[in-house]
Amino acid sequence: MAIRQGRGYAAVNYPTGMNLGGDPSQALVHATTMGGFVVTLSSVDLGQGLRTVVAQCAAETLGVPLENVIVDTADTDTGPHCMGTFASRGTHRVGNAVIMAAREAREVLLRVAADELEVDAEDLETDGTGFVRLKGAPEKKIHVSEVALAAHFRQGRTISGRGIFLKEPSTPVPETGEMDPDSCQAHACTVAEVEVDDETGVIEVLRLYNTYEVGRALNPAIATQQVEGGAWMGLSHALFESTEPYYPHSREHGPLDFAAYLMPGPADLPEQTSVFLERPAGNGPFGAKGIGEMTANAPIPAIANAVFDAVGVRLTSMPFTPEKVLRGLDELRAGRAG
Amino acid sequence: MPSTIVTLKLNGTERELIARPSTTLLSALRDTFGLTGAKRGCAQGGCGSCTVLLDGRPAVSCLIPVVTVDGCAVETVEGLADGDRLDDVQQAFVDHFATQCGFCTPGMIMSATALLNREPAPTRQDVTEAICGNVCRCTGYEPIVTAVLSAAESRRDGAAEGRHDSAAERRHDGAGERHRDAAAPLSGKAAG
Repeated sequence: MAIRQGRGYAAVNYPTGMNLGGDPSQALVHATTMGGFVVTLSSVDLGQGLRTVVAQCAAETLGVPLENVIVDTADTDTGPHCMGTFASRGTHRVGNAVIMAAREAREVLLRVAADELEVDAEDLETDGTGFVRLKGAPEKKIHVSEVALAAHFRQGRTISGRGIFLKEPSTPVPETGEMDPDSCQAHACTVAEVEVDDETGVIEVLRLYNTYEVGRALNPAIATQQVEGGAWMGLSHALFESTEPYYPHSREHGPLDFAAYLMPGPADLPEQTSVFLERPAGNGPFGAKGIGEMTANAPIPAIANAVFDAVGVRLTSMPFTPEKVLRGLDELRAGRAG
Repeated sequence: MPSTIVTLKLNGTERELIARPSTTLLSALRDTFGLTGAKRGCAQGGCGSCTVLLDGRPAVSCLIPVVTVDGCAVETVEGLADGDRLDDVQQAFVDHFATQCGFCTPGMIMSATALLNREPAPTRQDVTEAICGNVCRCTGYEPIVTAVLSAAESRRDGAAEGRHDSAAERRHDGAGERHRDAAAPLSGKAAG
């Protein structure tokens, strides 16, 4: 009887967004009197950081500091339509809509500034710090707050833009089933290192190495958080989470509380190392793909493969409980004896 | 049993409410005083999202009949920031991306605050034990552990330089005194 070590890996390709017979998200951008840019959406930030990322998309497109962007979202009664935050679609769909809206608003911004500076709008550029300036003569410039005031109170114009990203409907070809279901696919691979106690059947995940091809990581800190938080959830599914013995055998005795529904806590964490490969997607906002849901996927089969590597037991159903490991070991021994 | 008048020292201010025998501390905070930082997650003491400090010790407020804590000091996440200025633990949670959906965050911060008030130099194991009654479903815990350790370090650095910001100042009078003899969490899984 011994603690046995094993290493396994698994890879995943994951779609960004669905088709849904046509899947749109819309965005509106407008300037306040003070030169703030409001991005109006109805897309919900569940904590994945959508507000931050769309603010980055708007600021980058408009050419103004991030602090000038205000994201106003999640009122689905009054906001521009969004199909929702699901299918790893938020950054891709909403980001694209925001970029389109911000481009239109930027055009007006430059036209208003051109009238104020008495130059041609095509000769103007934003400097990223809050000024619109003349190309080649950067001393000739005007701050966006002054541009906004001029638009509102002198020129009588709205600095605003409209954006939509539509994943167009795609009907399956009857003969082949072929269709266009998603916008792009992100790819990932996880390597898991485990220890298996072949006396107790207990699996401990020591380390997870995550490699993600995400198009472009618009916000690497948030992307890393999503990858490692998702890997925790995958680990939790792999080793602990189950409604057994209550469900589906008896619906009368569902899991009653967190005492009966096991999850790894802060003392049960593996070391994680995460790396991003950036291959910008042609149709993504600044090249980004979605990585929302995929992050819980690869760790599970990677852990199963690592257990196989450690003790030769092939686990095929989650969670990988000590009982399943021990039964597997018994079968192996019986096989050898026979 | 009739309703009774309960007095709490809530985030430093004396507050009264009329409570039924079954009214929980959490319900008093959220429904009577409008302090919705403490969250009603499982309502069984199992998730820690309702954690507040009760006389300096972390407690799952969903399990505590408010009539049983008459006269006690209650600190919630709303009491930490000084206006718009976050306290050091809150700021560390922001700096280290220790929050995603945010539902567990107030309880996590209160558990961490209780730890740092009684143990200025916690080990990683101290941190994981202190937050083991708080369930997080998003982050995988690592950023939270990092944030708490970082907050402890910056608080020690601040103390070493003789610099007292308002948050540290507040802790050194009153609240901090109580925390020194705080032994264990009051109830539920917060005890680990």
